[in-house]
Amino acid sequence: MDALLSIAIGVLTATGVYLTLRGRTFPVVLGLTLLSYAVNVFLFLMGRASVGLPPLIAPEAAGYTDPLPQALVLTAIVIGFAMTAFVVVLALRARAELGNDHVDGLNTGLDETAERQHKGEREDRA
Amino acid sequence: MSLLTLVLLPFLAAPVAAWGSRFGRLHAAWIAGAFTALALALLAPLLPPVFGGETLVHSWAWIPSLGVTLAFRLDGLSMMFALLILVIGLLIILYARYYLNPRDCMGRFYAYLMLFMGSMLGVVLSENLIQMVVFWELTSLSSFLLISYWQHRAEGRQGARMALAITGGGGLALFGGVILLGHIVGSYQLSDVLAAGDIIRAHPLYLPTLLLILLGVFTKSAQFPFHFWLPHAMAAPTPVSAYLHSATMVKAGVFLLARLYPALSGSTEWFMLVSGAGLATLLLGAYTALFKHDLKGLLAYSTLSHLGLITLLFGLSTPLAAVAGVFHIINHATFKASLFMAAGIIDHEAGTRDMRRLNGLWKYMPHTALLAMVAAAAMAGVPLLNGFLSKEMFFAETVHVAQLTAVGWLLPALATLAGVFSVAYSLRFIHDVFFNGEPVDLPKTPHEPPRWMKVPVEVLVALCLMVGMLPAFTVAPLLAVAATGALQATPPQYSLALWHGFTPELGMSAVALTLGILVYIGRKPLFALHERTVGRLDARAVYNALQGALLHANSALIARIETGSLQRMALLTVLVAVAAGTVGFLGSNAPLTGTRAGLPLDAVSLLAALALIAAALGTAALHRQRLVALVLIGVVGLVVSLAFVKFSAPDLALTQLSVEVVTLVLLLLALHYLPQHSPPESSNARRLRDMALALAAGGGAAALTWAVLTRPYEHIAGYFLENSVPGGGGHNVVNVILVDFRGFDTLGEITVLGLAGLGIYALLKGLRLPLRRADERGVDWSSDAHPPIMATLSRLLLPLALLVSVYIFLRGHNMPGGGFIAGLITAVALILQYLANGIDWTRGRVPANAHPLIGSGLLIATLTGLGSWVFGYPFLTSTHGHLHWPLIGEFELASAMAFDLGVYLVVVGATLLILIHLGKLSRTALPHSAEGSRD
Repeated sequence: MDALLSIAIGVLTATGVYLTLRGRTFPVVLGLTLLSYAVNVFLFLMGRASVGLPPLIAPEAAGYTDPLPQALVLTAIVIGFAMTAFVVVLALRARAELGNDHVDGLNTGLDETAERQHKGEREDRA
Repeated sequence: MSLLTLVLLPFLAAPVAAWGSRFGRLHAAWIAGAFTALALALLAPLLPPVFGGETLVHSWAWIPSLGVTLAFRLDGLSMMFALLILVIGLLIILYARYYLNPRDCMGRFYAYLMLFMGSMLGVVLSENLIQMVVFWELTSLSSFLLISYWQHRAEGRQGARMALAITGGGGLALFGGVILLGHIVGSYQLSDVLAAGDIIRAHPLYLPTLLLILLGVFTKSAQFPFHFWLPHAMAAPTPVSAYLHSATMVKAGVFLLARLYPALSGSTEWFMLVSGAGLATLLLGAYTALFKHDLKGLLAYSTLSHLGLITLLFGLSTPLAAVAGVFHIINHATFKASLFMAAGIIDHEAGTRDMRRLNGLWKYMPHTALLAMVAAAAMAGVPLLNGFLSKEMFFAETVHVAQLTAVGWLLPALATLAGVFSVAYSLRFIHDVFFNGEPVDLPKTPHEPPRWMKVPVEVLVALCLMVGMLPAFTVAPLLAVAATGALQATPPQYSLALWHGFTPELGMSAVALTLGILVYIGRKPLFALHERTVGRLDARAVYNALQGALLHANSALIARIETGSLQRMALLTVLVAVAAGTVGFLGSNAPLTGTRAGLPLDAVSLLAALALIAAALGTAALHRQRLVALVLIGVVGLVVSLAFVKFSAPDLALTQLSVEVVTLVLLLLALHYLPQHSPPESSNARRLRDMALALAAGGGAAALTWAVLTRPYEHIAGYFLENSVPGGGGHNVVNVILVDFRGFDTLGEITVLGLAGLGIYALLKGLRLPLRRADERGVDWSSDAHPPIMATLSRLLLPLALLVSVYIFLRGHNMPGGGFIAGLITAVALILQYLANGIDWTRGRVPANAHPLIGSGLLIATLTGLGSWVFGYPFLTSTHGHLHWPLIGEFELASAMAFDLGVYLVVVGATLLILIHLGKLSRTALPHSAEGSRD
């Protein structure tokens, strides 16, 4: 099981890193989301994987898993959502300002919608 | 107490003077003068005990753990300096009141001057060395302000910047030296340091300590090779130069030499370094001064040479030389301050300081001329004036030291040579300016200055004469007590008499005077020779070149790293992280696999994991088709939630599941405004490179996880598990940790969440994006934005969903749930209404202003925390009790629940704020092929 978990985290990290290195904002957002899955699960697993031992105090409980990493990860998930939202909105704003969705903000070429809109403007003027 | 007040008074005076000048041009001068006089009055009652040989130390504990105390010390040496600073400061205040013209801002000038005066007093009166370094840096900063006082002049700004760079840099070195000194002695108190001279000199860190401290001293006192800032600082108004370069600023360096003399002197290193730098500066300054055509330039280089003389004296390391050094500090301060002021008067009344044009001023301003001539004679070391006495002592000491070494005759010879130049440039100051024909092309006709402008000069010149003629009745007690302070021992016998018989030093003086006059007479060919050779050398050029090279290298380095490309930065970040991880793995000898036995593998987990891996790989592979990638990443999130269920983390599972929903809505909304496809733009090589890097990162993460999971670990879970019910009143330990044990963290986190929401709101404000209504094949996305079945169902679901969220919230303390999860569920329920029924319909029914939600949530959480103060407990201490509610029964109520309510409100508010405003973009969006610009 530990090997499976390790591989899963490895795959999440690898795909996350690959997407983070892409040139457009949307894949980068996806990459960051994958990376936060990897990080959250990794942090959670610092309390080691255990089955059937939720940290809910009860007389009949056989034992408890470590609640501390869970508490840390719980807030990390919510903050992660806030971060994703912020990055997404930043990407929208950048697109509005620059006319494309390249992460470097380089106006190297207009993207498909903006291009069409541009064409429309030219036609309107003509 | 009074020493602290004494140091603080000028700092207090600065804002008062700046404020006072609003009511009249001269108010600032009066205020500064009054405060300085008050400081002198405060110092006066302390003088008798110090003259009696006492050392006053006033101290207060400040940061005892770091050895920093607020401590002041008044002994002979610091008293002499305090008197110089205050008395000459008072004269400068009076002089500047006439010197500055109506266009100059008086308030600013006097405020800076007072800041500087306070910093200087702090340096000389500090008992704690760290505190002294702080004041030392303050003198660098305030002198920067003073030198650049005429901000409109480029040379003033450049000179100030250079002075700050050199003296400020030296101050940093000094700080290092002082810390080493404190490390060696075990205390930063001057009393301890001065008593530990033998320990310091025998310590292996002595040389670095000495070097660092001397760097501070040499930069401040403008010793070779750091001398070049001083002449450029002459761009300051003349009262500033008179103050900074006679009694203060540059004297701070030699003050420190005298102050630490008992602790550091006596070694060969000290002798070589200090007297070497002193001798070089003495000769360089004396030589260059002769060739300067600017009056202030001449005085600047003469200042250099006198500072070199004083430094040399301390470097010689004999007690008598130290006495001579202290004496020359006093004498130089008096005659140099008066000379600068005289030069300022000439500049003020004649309109230029160029000695090639200033000639024959004797008949225009005889009174000033007389004063300047006496002061210049004192500078030259003419008998009956104070400069003669200390110069005689200097010559005598060089002879004395010469007798101890083989090539020693060189020292008196060079000292005499410096004396020759000193006489020559003093003569030039007198003859060129006041005689030597008629003035050439002056901007205005010179005349005597206002009566009171001359008073400060008169006072100082009178002092020069009195000290020079009647030393035993004037300066002797002050010198004795100051020398005792510097040596921390009774100084040896010395005589201040004018006539000691026919001694070697008298001969040297005679030679210097005679040759000096001859050099001045033969100056014309010398000038020409100088212009052709040495005059072309400029230390500033070297400094500028060095500075330029440093800046250039810096910006080149930055340009190489930071190209403005996020892709490149991301690549570098991952690369560095992978490299650091690799080094960490390779550097350890521990086996990768630990000893802990893991859980057995089961088929369901394997299948789920395979689904996750496939979905993650699919997201990466198909990322250019954005909608597909989004669906696939949803699968990843789902499997992660399931993993939390499986591994005993129900709270995490619930949170992840609800966050999945809002994230999906968020990304779908975003995709609405973004292109549906990423263009293929990476080359294959680049993709391969990124894949290799991703593989390395993933492999590292997997290896790390494996290494951790196969090892046993120690945890602190026991504390939380044991105290959750008795201490926090809740059975769900995760929730109790969030709202109770680590409540402060959670408060911080919900604040971040609220801020993120507000930041997004600000980013979205006024944003207009092109909106598409059809996909790339031209097929409309939806003809019916709000299908009736969905609308009806969602309306029915709303109360149910809200009920669930209330349930989840209430049970959160004991069962999986809580504010975070309940908040997300509420937000999802409300968002669903927007999606299904449209913005207008929902807005009319749900008050959807999210800002008050965030605000009230934070307020409730904070107030809950503050509530525990009322009962005398620390912030966020929780309490709980059982309540019997009719019908419902026994109900446990914890104060943490109120805190959780705050969490709930913030989560609802932030989520709604983000999603609703993102959704509302469609109403301000631009049609996809419409007129108008894109912003």
